[in-house]
Amino acid sequence: MHMADALISPAVGGVMWAASAGMAAYSIKKIQPDMDKKKIPLMGVLGAFVFTAQMINFSIPGTGSSGHLGGGVLLSALLGPYAGFLTMASILIIQALFFADGGLLALGCNIFNLGFFACFITYPLIYRLIIRKGYSGKKIFFASLASSVVALQLGAFFVVLETLLSGKTELPFGTFAMLMQPIHLAIGVVEGLITSAILAFVWRAQPDLLEKTEPGKPIGSIPIKKIVIFFIAAAMITGGVLSWFASTNPDGLEWSMGKVSGKTEIAAVGGIYDSMSQAQESTAFFPDYGFKDAGESAGETGKKPAAWPAALGETSVSGLVGGAMVLVLTGLTGLVIGFVKRKKKKPERSATGSP
Amino acid sequence: MSDIIKSLKNLKELDGLAREDSAIHRISPVAKLAVTLAYIVILTSFGRYETTSLLPYVLYPVIVFAACNIKAGPILIRTLYVLPLVAFIGVFNLLFEKGTFILGETAVSAGWFTLMSLLLKCCLSVAAALLLMATTGMDKIAHALRKLKVPKLFVLQLVLTYRYISVLIEEAGCISRAYALRSPKHKAIRPRAWGPLIGLMLLRTYGRAQRVYDAMCIRGFDGDYLTCGSPKMRAGDWAFMLGWTAGFILARIVDIPAFIGKLITGVM
Repeated sequence: MHMADALISPAVGGVMWAASAGMAAYSIKKIQPDMDKKKIPLMGVLGAFVFTAQMINFSIPGTGSSGHLGGGVLLSALLGPYAGFLTMASILIIQALFFADGGLLALGCNIFNLGFFACFITYPLIYRLIIRKGYSGKKIFFASLASSVVALQLGAFFVVLETLLSGKTELPFGTFAMLMQPIHLAIGVVEGLITSAILAFVWRAQPDLLEKTEPGKPIGSIPIKKIVIFFIAAAMITGGVLSWFASTNPDGLEWSMGKVSGKTEIAAVGGIYDSMSQAQESTAFFPDYGFKDAGESAGETGKKPAAWPAALGETSVSGLVGGAMVLVLTGLTGLVIGFVKRKKKKPERSATGSP
Repeated sequence: MSDIIKSLKNLKELDGLAREDSAIHRISPVAKLAVTLAYIVILTSFGRYETTSLLPYVLYPVIVFAACNIKAGPILIRTLYVLPLVAFIGVFNLLFEKGTFILGETAVSAGWFTLMSLLLKCCLSVAAALLLMATTGMDKIAHALRKLKVPKLFVLQLVLTYRYISVLIEEAGCISRAYALRSPKHKAIRPRAWGPLIGLMLLRTYGRAQRVYDAMCIRGFDGDYLTCGSPKMRAGDWAFMLGWTAGFILARIVDIPAFIGKLITGVM
C-alpha cells in the first residue's frame, strides 16, 4: 500500500507531510511527560522487529498464496498509540530511504495511511473498546481482526483519494476504489489474523507486556476540533503555496503570469528573442526539418495553444529531438566527470606506488 | 527467506557505499537532504503528460554517480524494483485516457505519455533518494534531522530502529531457514506456527531491548542523542544546495529539451 512519489502531486504530498508531522509532534508531546527512558530502546527494537517481521511470508490457508504483517495495530497494542505511531513512522522512513518502498514526498501519505488509522482510529475505537474489560483469547482475536481490517480499508481509501487528488492518473474514482478496497479487505484479514496470533501468544506467555501497555485514551479525549483545524490550516497553507506546482491545466506558472500580465503567454518579440532566433537559425542542424514552415509557426506564436488533446506536431518532434540531445549531453557530462576523476586518481596511485 | 537475505544485503551495501569518500560524500548532509527534497518536489510538480521536459533532471543523478565512487548498477536495479506498482497504475491510463497527441503524423494515445511520465518520475525520484542514502548514511541523516530541529526522541528511536534492523533480520533469516529445513514442502509459515514462531521472536526482542537499555545506561545514556557533531555548512555546501535548487527551478520554468530541439530543427 506504499504510495510512490511519482503518483502524487507536491500539494497532496505537502498536505499529508504536514498532517503526519503534526501527528508525530502531537504524539511526542503526549508521551514525553511520562516517558520512561527505557521505552526509547524498546521503541527502536520493536520497530526493527516489525520491519523484520514484515518480510516473513505467512501462508494463507486454502489459497496457496502468502501474506505479510503490516504492524500498525501490533505496535499500538504493544507500545500504545503515540509511541506506536512514532515507531511506525520510523519504519516507513527507513523503508523509503533504504528500500525505495514509498518515496520521500509520499512519506507523509504513507505514514498517514499506514500509521494514523491503525494507531489513532481503530486502536482506540475498536481494539481498546473490545479489550476494555480485560484480555482473553477471543477478544484479542476479534479486536486484532476488526481493527486491522478497518485500518487497512481506511488506508486504502485514502490511497485512492490521494492519487486522484494528485491528478497523475486517469483512473476513475469508482474503478480505482473497486480495485483497492476488496484487495485490502483480504490483506486486512490476513494482517488481523497474524496480529492476533502474535498477540495471543505473547499474552499467554507474558500477559503483563500487553496489560501494562498505556491504554491509549479514547478518541473522545483527543482534541478532535484542534486536529481538524490544524489539518484545514495545513491544507490551506500547503495547498496554497504548492498548488501552482500541481495544477496542469492551466499550468501554475501560466496562471501566475496571467495574474501578473493579464495573458497566459507573453509575446516573445524583439531584443534577445530576435537575437536568439537568428542564432538558432544559423546553428540549426536541420533547418528544413520542421513540419510547418517557419512563417506558419511564427504566425501561431501569439495564438493561444489549441485545447488538449490536440498537440502541435512540430512541438512534439522538437521536444523529442531536444530530449535526445539533453540525454546525450547528460551522458557526456557523466563520462567527462568520470574521465577527469580517473585522470586525477592515476597520478595519486603512481605517487603512492613509487618507493 | 530470499527477501530477508536480500534486504540485509541491500542494507549492508548502502551502508558500505555511505562509508566511501568522495566530493559528494563530503558535502553537508543538510545540503544533500535539501537538494534531494527540492529535486523530488519539483520533479513531481510536472504535469502528467510531461515527458521530454523531465529529461534535464537525469543530469542530477548522472553527475552524482559520476562524482562519487559508486557503481550505478546496484542503485539502478533497486530503482527497478519499485517500477511494477507505478507501471500497474500507469497502464490503466492506456485504457482510460481518451485523448491523443499528434506526434509528427502519427496519433499517439495520451495514456502513453502519462505512463512514460510516471515511469520517468518514479525512476528519477527513487534514484535520488537512494543516492542520498548511498552518499550520506543513516548517522549523518540523523544529524541533519537534529540540525533541522526534529525532536531528539524521534531521531534517537529512528537511529535505534535502523541499527537493530540488521540484527533482527539475521535472526529472522535464521528462523526462516530453520523452518524451511524442517518443513521443506511449505513455502511460507503455516498459521499454526504464526504465534509461537513470531511471538517467541517478539519476546526475545523484549529481552534484547532490556539488554540494549542496560548497555546504553552503562555508557552514560541519559535520554539524549549525542553525536560527535559535524562542521557547519561551508561555502561549497551552500553552493551545492543553491546551485542545484536553482538549476531544478530553471528546468521547471524553461522547457530545455524543447528549446534545444527548436534550435536544432529550426522551428520556433
